[in-house]
Amino acid sequence: MSLLRPLAQIRPDARTRGFWEACRRRELCFQRCADCGAFRHPPLGGCPHCASDAAEWVPVRGPARVFSYTVVHHAAVPQLAGDVPYNVVVVEFDDAPGARLISNLEGVGEIRIGMELELCWDEVDPEVVLPRFRPRG
Amino acid sequence: MGFKDRTCIAAVGLTGYGRRGEFYERGSLSQIREALNAALAESGLERREIDGFASYSVDENDPSQLAPALGIPNVNFSNLVLGGGGGGGCGAIANAAAAIHAGMARVVMVYKTITQPPHMRFGASYGSAQVAANPYSDFHRPFGLISPVQLFALIFRRHMHRYGTTSRALAEVAVAQRRHAQRNPRALKREPLSIEEHQASRMIADPFRLFDCCQENDGGGVVLVTSAERARDLAQPPVYIMAGAQGGDSLWGQALTSQNAPEEIYTTAGHGHLAERLYAMAGVGPADVDVALFYDHFSGMVILQLEDYGFCKPGEGGALVEDGGILWEGGRQPVNTHGGNLSEVYLLGLTHVAEAVRQLRGTSTSQVEGAEIALVTSGPTNLPSSSLLLRR
Repeated sequence: MSLLRPLAQIRPDARTRGFWEACRRRELCFQRCADCGAFRHPPLGGCPHCASDAAEWVPVRGPARVFSYTVVHHAAVPQLAGDVPYNVVVVEFDDAPGARLISNLEGVGEIRIGMELELCWDEVDPEVVLPRFRPRG
Repeated sequence: MGFKDRTCIAAVGLTGYGRRGEFYERGSLSQIREALNAALAESGLERREIDGFASYSVDENDPSQLAPALGIPNVNFSNLVLGGGGGGGCGAIANAAAAIHAGMARVVMVYKTITQPPHMRFGASYGSAQVAANPYSDFHRPFGLISPVQLFALIFRRHMHRYGTTSRALAEVAVAQRRHAQRNPRALKREPLSIEEHQASRMIADPFRLFDCCQENDGGGVVLVTSAERARDLAQPPVYIMAGAQGGDSLWGQALTSQNAPEEIYTTAGHGHLAERLYAMAGVGPADVDVALFYDHFSGMVILQLEDYGFCKPGEGGALVEDGGILWEGGRQPVNTHGGNLSEVYLLGLTHVAEAVRQLRGTSTSQVEGAEIALVTSGPTNLPSSSLLLRR
């Protein structure tokens, strides 16, 4: 089952393709500055801390935790009328300080900031694999 | 320092307030004409004195259309604040002041209108069928993060977690501003609103309820900026521009759609850097501000701006708004005495400038007694945001 199906399209480019190709391999990778080591996400052309162009894709494993969240009750567009209420979570990772991922929690009742999460892959189609989460069980 | 007190707001002209989409057929240029005519009438400035334009938020009107349509003979200055949303409003006025102070122009017309086409609305920025997937939105759109209310809900939720700020504080902001709107005949939302009604209203994006969200409207305004010398001879008392700042905290620029600013910046309105520059340029501090007109797309961002501009410490904004703390009369710090975007109208921030000018002329419907200095802000939004300090 795919959450938020009406919005489940992506259009990667040279800057973002590394992230999405890793997702297709079921690997969550963030960009890390090859000079100062700072993580960043979403992918950027340069490092916001040291301005270096050099970057590498680094797999992250967590633990992952909820940094913030909202439960959306009002469908901002009519196509989502069947999807509300849905949650949006901002996820941070112990092994990638400075990077946060916007995602959703599957099958969850109450959400709490700090709650530990595990990754679960949502294959919309073979080209579009989205990282989502569920409470660590 | 800077252009302190060298320039003035000579006049503000506003159009009538429309429902979202109501003026689309009529077009933006006719609204600008209406607002300009109102501004000229109240100031006594002559149309041919205007020689500059300044706007923001990717305005569709440029001088090639404006000058002939408005009957303006010569153009000496033309300027647009970069960025979208409402963050550039005060910045456009500051740019006008800078140009006048530098001798580039004599009277600059700052203008902005909203005429939303029927198939679009701000509240669905990234989700409309017309907005295709793109490399930038791929990191939030597929996850349902498509609307400003959702972006700011995430930030405010973290503020609640970090400081214990309550939903009740949101209600206090909405209710205080509604009380101001009830005294303002221009305001579109004048029905009584209680804390309980706020708390019972439907959730839009947790923790923001219906009454935490601004309206979306059509309409516009013109602000005429000129030198202090010219302003002294006009029909209205001059309102001096003490300071103007635009920009913001760089990393907060990532907070909205990327949600990855460091926590000490994430849980703010991103105005901390602006506040420092603004107070330094004006040579005053928060204790000198008699009335604050905070850009209020969402009630919670009023609380965060109270903190950014030093009216209380970070985390204490919720306590400041409690028990009528921002009411025009008896409030510790009067805020949004016109009703704001929540209850008066949403015109991308120009109504906040208009209310600051009324307060400093002594003509507000919720007049803060003896008001001498007003703070006006535009944004929080993606960089740049902006702000002004004005005095009578």
